Amino acid sequence: MGYFRNGMLENICHRSNLGYSKFKMGYVLKGGILVISIEGLSKFFKQDKKQLKAVDNLNLKINRGEIYGIIGYSGAGKSTFVRLINRLEEPTSGKVIIDNQEITSLKSNELRLARREIGMIFQHFNLLWSRTVKENIAFPLEIAGVSKEEREKRVQELIHLVGLTGRENAYPSQLSGGQKQRVGIARALANKPKVLLCDEATSALDPETTNSILELLVDINAKMKLTIILITHEMHVIRKICSSVAVMENGKVVEQGDVLNVFQKPQQPVTKKFVEQVMGNNEDNEVINQLITNTASGKILRLQFIGETTNQALISEVSRKFNVDINILQGKITQTQHGAFGTLYVQMNGENEVIKNACQFIENETSVELEVIENAI
Amino acid sequence: MLSDLFPNVKAEDMIEATYETLYMTLLSLVGVVIFGILLGLLLYLTNKNGIWENQYIYHSTSAVVNFFRAVPFIILILLLFPFTDFLIGTVRGPNAAIPALIIGSAPFYARLVEIALIEVDKGVVEAAKSMGAKTKTIIFKVLLPESMPALVSGITVTSIALIGYTAMAGLIGAGGLGNRAHYYGFMRRDFDVVLACTIIIVIIVFIFQFIGDMISKRIDKR
Repeated sequence: MGYFRNGMLENICHRSNLGYSKFKMGYVLKGGILVISIEGLSKFFKQDKKQLKAVDNLNLKINRGEIYGIIGYSGAGKSTFVRLINRLEEPTSGKVIIDNQEITSLKSNELRLARREIGMIFQHFNLLWSRTVKENIAFPLEIAGVSKEEREKRVQELIHLVGLTGRENAYPSQLSGGQKQRVGIARALANKPKVLLCDEATSALDPETTNSILELLVDINAKMKLTIILITHEMHVIRKICSSVAVMENGKVVEQGDVLNVFQKPQQPVTKKFVEQVMGNNEDNEVINQLITNTASGKILRLQFIGETTNQALISEVSRKFNVDINILQGKITQTQHGAFGTLYVQMNGENEVIKNACQFIENETSVELEVIENAI
Repeated sequence: MLSDLFPNVKAEDMIEATYETLYMTLLSLVGVVIFGILLGLLLYLTNKNGIWENQYIYHSTSAVVNFFRAVPFIILILLLFPFTDFLIGTVRGPNAAIPALIIGSAPFYARLVEIALIEVDKGVVEAAKSMGAKTKTIIFKVLLPESMPALVSGITVTSIALIGYTAMAGLIGAGGLGNRAHYYGFMRRDFDVVLACTIIIVIIVFIFQFIGDMISKRIDKR
């Protein structure tokens, strides 16, 4: 049943191009076919007779087609973790299962074959300087034993996909950071992998280039139904493209779930810090108190946007429908993969009865959460 | 004019000696490059965190390399006399110098190869592994191409050392310019011959260095 529904939904959403992300959240994530399952995964390093727990009994389930973000400060073990998935690091214990194949029990020959279906991109791109863009992208195809004509064809497709047309014969040293990462992505996709691992893929890039690379990843994710696991220390990367997130600290996942949920109700101190990176700290009581004392009339409302996509024009709609004036006092709205997220503080002026109706409308007719903070005097 | 400056130098003799020197240098260079790369790879791959990490193999290879680098070349030739006699059937002439030249220089080049390989970006090797590359592929398509400029400049340095070694081998009868300078120049007190041999050797060294630098620069796309 689950399988069938997913397939159908993806088809429908694709054709109509209507609120795909919303459906994806509601159905594919919850009822999606599991691709990656990580069970009790650990990696201990021995350092001067001390044991360093880089990854400590980690459990995760990642669904097909998802962009799964893993965030943590440096030293949290996230880079080690991503290397355990394709066994660039051998785990001390635990299992990694991708599409019913237990990666952790494969022999070295089988592992090599399995790795062809797991693409990986790196913070420092790791391109071969001795090869041109074309030859770099062809490298994994050579490894897989693809014939020359087919290689040429596939390389052309990939160059087009990542937007590097015209730079085929350039050497990596002649490319900018963003272009190098595009080569890295093309190379990782060459063998049509099921999973793409991104190890701090945008950390060496400037903000603008980071955005273009993230857009490319979203594009690929949608076009190829590719599952992406993305490691980062920047919350805005998670905000921009991920559907789920796990927060790592000291080798453990301390919090995980839908990006929106985590943004809305961060539980752990480390998560709160990350959310503040993007949202700023506008929950400050002092600021709110000041707002209240400085506001002369009407009511002060707190509007919480969670994954709101259809009611972007909420403010103007309410003031048009009801005879109220709305004054935005403070707030921050940010866009995530699944719509807007953030908080607005507004002052609503008008007849008490009308304000009441307007509040009811917001509560009942939209997905915005409303809280009346205080009646101004 | 030239014959006034070098009264005892005969052109055809010098050409023959130069030919012998080049013959010994180039032929042994082929052997040095092959054995040097093999040994260098073995050192790199068996070292800590290498693909074939094995402390026993690493340390024993390292010890052998150090031993042959420690023995002065002129003594090494003498030490290898029985081996050369067995292999070539004589201990005189250019061919007889080849085994000693290779055994004397290959360990030196092996160290240069090891250093060149260590300089290869670990991330690139990791990327190749993540694509499912075999060790063979990693060696031939990543390690060697990515370290090529350093391997070539290593060959340049080694070949120049080899030219020096051929002159030493010349002292005990291997032929070449060293032999000519010693027997026909020094022993007969014809110092113009010594000078002529020196000039030719210097010119050969310059040419080797020039060619080596040119190739190294041309293949470096970094």
